[in-house]
Amino acid sequence: SHDGIYGLGRPALEEEVAAWDVDVLPDGRGLPAGSGDVWTGEEVFADRCASCHGEFAEGVDNWPVLAGGFDTLADEDPVKTVGSYWPHLSTAWDYISRSMPFGEAGTLTADETYAIVAYILYSNDLVDDDFELNNENFADFEMYNMDGFVVDVRPETEYTEWRKEPCMENCKAEATVTMRSVFLVETPPEGGSNSV
Amino acid sequence: MDDAFKPSRRAFLKGSAAVAAGSVAGAAAADTPDPLITELQDWASYTGAGVDETPYGMPISFESHVVRRNVEWLTASPISSINFTPIHALDGTITPQGCAFERHHSGAIELRKEDYRLMINGLVDRPLVFTYDDIERFPRENHVYFCECAANTGMEWAGAQLNGVQFTHGMIHNMEYTGVPLRTLLQEAGADISPDKWVYVEGADASSNGRSIPMEKALDDVLVAFKANGEALRMEHGYPVRLVVPGWEGNMWVKWLRRIEVVDMAVESREETSKYTDVYADGTAQKWTWVMDAKSVITSPSPQMPIKHGPGPLVISGLAWSGHGQITRVDVSKDGGITWETARLGKQGDSKALTRFYLDTNWDGAPMLLQARAIDETGYVQPTKDQLREKRGENSVYHNNCIQTWYVSAEGIAENVEVS
Repeated sequence: SHDGIYGLGRPALEEEVAAWDVDVLPDGRGLPAGSGDVWTGEEVFADRCASCHGEFAEGVDNWPVLAGGFDTLADEDPVKTVGSYWPHLSTAWDYISRSMPFGEAGTLTADETYAIVAYILYSNDLVDDDFELNNENFADFEMYNMDGFVVDVRPETEYTEWRKEPCMENCKAEATVTMRSVFLVETPPEGGSNSV
Repeated sequence: MDDAFKPSRRAFLKGSAAVAAGSVAGAAAADTPDPLITELQDWASYTGAGVDETPYGMPISFESHVVRRNVEWLTASPISSINFTPIHALDGTITPQGCAFERHHSGAIELRKEDYRLMINGLVDRPLVFTYDDIERFPRENHVYFCECAANTGMEWAGAQLNGVQFTHGMIHNMEYTGVPLRTLLQEAGADISPDKWVYVEGADASSNGRSIPMEKALDDVLVAFKANGEALRMEHGYPVRLVVPGWEGNMWVKWLRRIEVVDMAVESREETSKYTDVYADGTAQKWTWVMDAKSVITSPSPQMPIKHGPGPLVISGLAWSGHGQITRVDVSKDGGITWETARLGKQGDSKALTRFYLDTNWDGAPMLLQARAIDETGYVQPTKDQLREKRGENSVYHNNCIQTWYVSAEGIAENVEVS
């Protein structure tokens, strides 16, 4: 066939691409037609999500917190939620639609997913309780932390500084122990045990 | 175990006595003959296991401590969780697949080669579907690379936490991969390979683990791999096909790879927004921190590998690696970074692969503060934890490549510590 082409594989059919290519881009491309409001979302969330994420998306036990945590990113213990941290709404729709609920992924309809996302926005006080999310108004929604991300700064802030011949002798006056791990975690048992 | 190979009770008792006598003798001159030498041992008389005993072998039972371990409190569920390679007990550079760490987001799935499909679509002239057999018909390459989880050493940002190099540095493995360059598949589909394009890759599992890779990297050294260390990938490592992304954070090494999409912008999926972004002290987040910087750690002595032989000759052994290329040098300090000696590399390091180093030293029995410091071919010198924290704060979660310190007591016990 063509130059440098092995002619392996076969053409992907439209239905096949449609089944697997379900990602949603930050500008909303990839969203299916559909809609869902906060009240519907509350019902679906209670039924499908709340057992792990809590009635108000506040998280149960160690399961992820989806709401709250605004303006904590510079704190000692940042709370990174959909509301406080995520830069794009597309990611929430895409991830929930594809990979949630945990253990039953891929079972939500498009309308259910719109409704759940609307409810998560409501739980984050980002929309009113009469808000309806749909494929038309989706791209207009601006996330709270949309400007909070910059591309990897290490080349400028670290690499330029740390590509230098290092000290070999008398590098500092003394070295004293400032923290010991043994106060925090027990030494793992000998043998084939699986956990610390 | 074969009955013929099982020691009798009498032999067992005799063996125990022999071990006791041997340990008493130690390094000093033996004043009584060692029965392990003077008495005929079962294994020198009876027969061992036949070649039909073990079609596919496991390590001998005496090595049962060389296993993956997990830490329950790290994650909410063992299905979306991590375990750790027993790097304290390994040597050389190749990680045995059976104890190479796992990180799943929705568990390790079982996907038969017959059921495997790989789709390539998006900005391509020919959207294609490959079977597993198709993949094996493309020209293939072999390369050794490390796969390090972005979160390796992540628990240690705020201080010394977990007491064992398996736990502080064991989210890593190093294998020889056989696979097809990603660029070959992109070419096969007639992809738009202009430099502003992206390749979005996702797995067949429920989590999908979708990630965006810039075209320049996709065309460079990314492999669509189907063999590791000579055999098929293990289930938990992506059987039958995974992505290998040399030098870059392990999250991007998508397992059970099912789809490659050429796109005109990064998808900014969950795994590159909510996760695998690094929050610095001022609250801004770094995205697309793909490369794993130069790093090293002493694997022995270490908390799980105390010095049991007393003063005298001591092998300090460890691993070094860099996502930027080859390791060119590793320095070791025994006094917490006041003075450094350059270690010996086990062999010339492969690019973006684990490199073994040794410092053959004579231990006088005094306490030590052991550190290793890696230098890569770009001249980058592995930083201290304080240097990193000064740049980033304590909440960036990922990419902690700090110099690790082990305090070794006069008794030879090693502890995870931080030093001034």
